[in-house]
Amino acid sequence: MKKVWAIIRKDIITELRTKELLTSMLTFSLLVTVIFSFAFGFSTGLVRLAIPAMLWITFTFAGVLGLSRSFALEKEGNAVLGLLLTPTDRSLIYFGKMISNAVFVFIVGLIIVPMFVLFFNLDFLGTLLPLIPVMFLGSLGFVSVGTLFSAMAVNTRLREVLLPILLFPIIIPLIVSAVKLSGLVLEGKPLSDGASALQLLVAFDIIFIAACAVVFEYVIEES
Amino acid sequence: MRDSLTANEYDIKAEGLGKTFGPVEALRGVDLSVKKGEFYTLFGPNGAGKTTFIKILSTLAKPSSGSLTIAGRDAVKDPDGVRGVTGVVSHDPFLYENLSAFENIRFFGAMYGVLDADVRAAELIDRVGLGKRTHDLVRTFSRGMKQRLAVARAIVHNPSILLLDEPYTGLDQHGAGVFGEMLTMLKSDRRTILMTTHNIDEGLDRSDRVGILAGGRMVYESRREGLDREAFREIYLSKVERS
Amino acid sequence: MRKALAVITFVLMAASVYAAFVYAPTEPKMGHIQRIFYIHMGTVWVATAAFILVFVSSIMYLWKGTRKWDILAYCSAEIGVLFLTITILTGSIWAKPVWGTWWTWDPQLTTTFILWILYIVYLVLRSSAGSDAKKAKFAAVFGIIAFIDLPLVYASVRVMRGISPVVFGPGGGGIAPQMMHALLINLAACSLLFVLLLKERMDLERMGDELMALKTREG
Repeated sequence: MKKVWAIIRKDIITELRTKELLTSMLTFSLLVTVIFSFAFGFSTGLVRLAIPAMLWITFTFAGVLGLSRSFALEKEGNAVLGLLLTPTDRSLIYFGKMISNAVFVFIVGLIIVPMFVLFFNLDFLGTLLPLIPVMFLGSLGFVSVGTLFSAMAVNTRLREVLLPILLFPIIIPLIVSAVKLSGLVLEGKPLSDGASALQLLVAFDIIFIAACAVVFEYVIEES
Repeated sequence: MRDSLTANEYDIKAEGLGKTFGPVEALRGVDLSVKKGEFYTLFGPNGAGKTTFIKILSTLAKPSSGSLTIAGRDAVKDPDGVRGVTGVVSHDPFLYENLSAFENIRFFGAMYGVLDADVRAAELIDRVGLGKRTHDLVRTFSRGMKQRLAVARAIVHNPSILLLDEPYTGLDQHGAGVFGEMLTMLKSDRRTILMTTHNIDEGLDRSDRVGILAGGRMVYESRREGLDREAFREIYLSKVERS
Repeated sequence: MRKALAVITFVLMAASVYAAFVYAPTEPKMGHIQRIFYIHMGTVWVATAAFILVFVSSIMYLWKGTRKWDILAYCSAEIGVLFLTITILTGSIWAKPVWGTWWTWDPQLTTTFILWILYIVYLVLRSSAGSDAKKAKFAAVFGIIAFIDLPLVYASVRVMRGISPVVFGPGGGGIAPQMMHALLINLAACSLLFVLLLKERMDLERMGDELMALKTREG
């Protein structure tokens, strides 16, 4: 547990210093949101229906940016080898990286939502509060697979290009259920109306956190 | 009885160690033993398999064949046990560029399960002569300073065995001198040290025993005592050429 | 042995074509187009079996680390994608006259489509690895994660609503026994074809390994 915390603390210190991950993710989200509003030509009726999908497209694409950078930082000076030399269970390294990635991605989510509220004139409190748990579960599932795949992608010839190709087909269930739930929230309905989507989201998180923690060692270790 | 004696006598014992990458054979049955407290230098040209060998010894890679015992532990079956008693310095520093010297060593201390990682980190950074730069980012360090900090990282958990893989790479005259002094210090701590290098002058200086690895095989082994520098250079060149 | 397998496969394939086009009666509602379903079912069955094989051999590869499991996973995925492509094409051809459209985002079709994409991504990852053991492990990891993802994908497309296809409709009063025979012959023929292709493809991969070994030995 102490070791997981040490990894998280290291990543947070690094991020507070460089601000690389958050700035790149947030700038990207802002740009995409602006482009979306231009593309829809401010026709509010049309936009309203598309908001949940736009929200999650913005969020996941921004997240991919952050994830690929996160493991690239471990490769600098081969620091990751120093980490592997320590007598640390590989799944603990996974949990450390996964949690710190989740923190950053969740923060981005928490900023994107008010940004959408602002740009698309949504009901502030009614939207924001119920979206937080959806954002949280979505972030968790997204980084659970994303952390595993970014460790893979950084070791291949294609590098950052590979990450979205690997990640997006896998997270389709997550996006579907998160969009469904966000849609309910925007219509002012309670989350319990989308119980099956909520169950799916939670199942996705649990299944992939467990599975990825187990296979992580094969990704990060040399053969 | 005899077995336990030999197991105690050697800190590193590799027998018939082999490693293949697909069709490529990087190591072809390497036998090597290093006694407790001994400084062993392994010479070899680039591509001889030195880095692969050190990677296997440090449990970063698994051998394809053969057995490896480090400090009495089976490196394949108990890698964490081996990791706890070995420190590694490579040509890459294995440090985080965006963390300060102190944050780096404290982090690795925590990962090794060192109890007072804060205190230990400050003390070690002083010991490798970087006390004034404790809170500067590693990004701003010279190659030589990074390498000294890498030594601090490698000994943060006070390991009895040190593995050094081409540690002189990229160091200038001054940096190499300072690093040599550090090796003397490490040796005086009575640690078992295995170093690889292709530089004969740097490698011969502190060693008790030397070996030559070429083409994935051990081709020569000798005690350092009574070994003439020029004579060894001749041997090295002839062995390397033949492989 | 191999020749015998090839001959039997060929005979069975011929029989399955005969069974589908001549032996089986015409389905009263859909007409002749329904006959494409025999090959459709055969290929989707093979693809499913192939992807299960990818999953199992990926686990074995991570566990044992021996190349033969890696080869099995890779070759099985290739053939699986090939058969699933045929499944999707035949399904589209069937859907055009019956549903009036080549494609619709109904749960089964969507799941199949995502399945197809997942294993194409697997192939991209695996073929970029060559004989590099570390990258082959990446592919194995992806093969495992993708398979675990399938039930979730299926559940997720059910979360979005869709129309359910009725192939051998209960409304039609059950299926004729000749239809069942034709289906079984098709399943058997496709299975044998799969085994044959897998064997050939794995031999090819092994020969590639031997060639590589010879090349490195000769410098």
